[in-house]
Amino acid sequence: MTADLSAEGGHGVVPLTGVPVIPEAVQVKRDWPLYEVFLRGKRGLNHVHVGSLHAADPQMALHHARDLYTRRNEGVSIWVVPAADITASSPDEKDPFFAPSGDKVYRHPTFYDIPDDVPHM
Amino acid sequence: MSDSLEDDFAAHALAEDTEDHRWAFGTGFTDALEGVDTRVPDGVDAQALAAYCLMLGDDALILSHRLQQWVTRAPELEEETAIANIALDLLGQARMLLARAGKADGTGRDEDQFAFWREAKEFRNVRLVERADGDFAEMLARLLVFSAWRLAQFDALRSSKDPVLSAIAAKGVKELTYHRDYAARWVVRLGDGTAESHRRMQAAFQTVWPLVDELFLTHRVEAALPQVAPDASTLRSEVDVILDTVLATATLDRPEVPPLAGVGSRYGRDGLHTEAFGYVLAEMQSVARAHTDATW
Repeated sequence: MTADLSAEGGHGVVPLTGVPVIPEAVQVKRDWPLYEVFLRGKRGLNHVHVGSLHAADPQMALHHARDLYTRRNEGVSIWVVPAADITASSPDEKDPFFAPSGDKVYRHPTFYDIPDDVPHM
Repeated sequence: MSDSLEDDFAAHALAEDTEDHRWAFGTGFTDALEGVDTRVPDGVDAQALAAYCLMLGDDALILSHRLQQWVTRAPELEEETAIANIALDLLGQARMLLARAGKADGTGRDEDQFAFWREAKEFRNVRLVERADGDFAEMLARLLVFSAWRLAQFDALRSSKDPVLSAIAAKGVKELTYHRDYAARWVVRLGDGTAESHRRMQAAFQTVWPLVDELFLTHRVEAALPQVAPDASTLRSEVDVILDTVLATATLDRPEVPPLAGVGSRYGRDGLHTEAFGYVLAEMQSVARAHTDATW
């Protein structure tokens, strides 16, 4: 081992000389846009968000979703949505958005007896 | 879309029968051969049936291995999974067909003995499945030709007199329909894409095309299995319509190249293989042969 090597950053021995300091401009391949995937496991259940994927267009996204997220017999229906089209609530607005409902127990249907043969409640 | 939205209504779900057991993710798997009578039917030549199952099993086994070679090499992660899924479908078909061959020929050999312990000249696959893919386009061109051909073949096999072949075909038709669709979509996308993608897609079909004619040669084994195995030559018109439609949509020309000749009227189905076959076979068999006691 010579003096111009160091284990800086915990990534093992790295050379310190002859290494470009400023990253060279590289041609970055433009990624396919991101889609969010929603699966329904059974008729009567809701579509549930399962993950995301990259695809060139919605049809390709649907096929990728089939290949990535239904390999273990999980689905009977798939929705794909461009991630850019989703408007999400902001963590900054958490209190005004969600805190007011936190003490209103009477909004929950917990005072009913649910028959045993009603599924998915 | 409105149909699937209506399906969401709870009333719909409550009214449906409870035969669908997929209450949880990843459950409800089925066995394609469950309840199927595995005895060779009366009047069917068992040795010919075994030979025919080997042909179809070897086609799937070798192409599956060629597709597996794309894992870690595909242009996108999503495509890699798609290709691996197709490879696994074909491997599943190969397993059932090779197991059927061992049962029909009376030797009781299992699928692994057929896959890993035969020599090259004992394999009965068509030569189309042997070559290594030069690029993504070649993988797609071959997959389109293969899946269009095999789908026509399996579609005919659904009414086979052998109940096992018929059950394997019924399962395989759904898989192959997706494989063909996957390949066709990409061929159209690339053929009708940029000048470079068009050029490479066309070049890929030029490379694959000499191996197409062999797929439709009638084999004596088929002739020995009336009502069990379709004559390969009868599949041609159906496959041609599909290929011509995809090629036209993709703005590609149907290649006009001479077919790869056999040797003394022997082809892949007779144990005559290309140089590439030795390499793919060696790779596929090396682990099983190096670790003879291994189980998996």
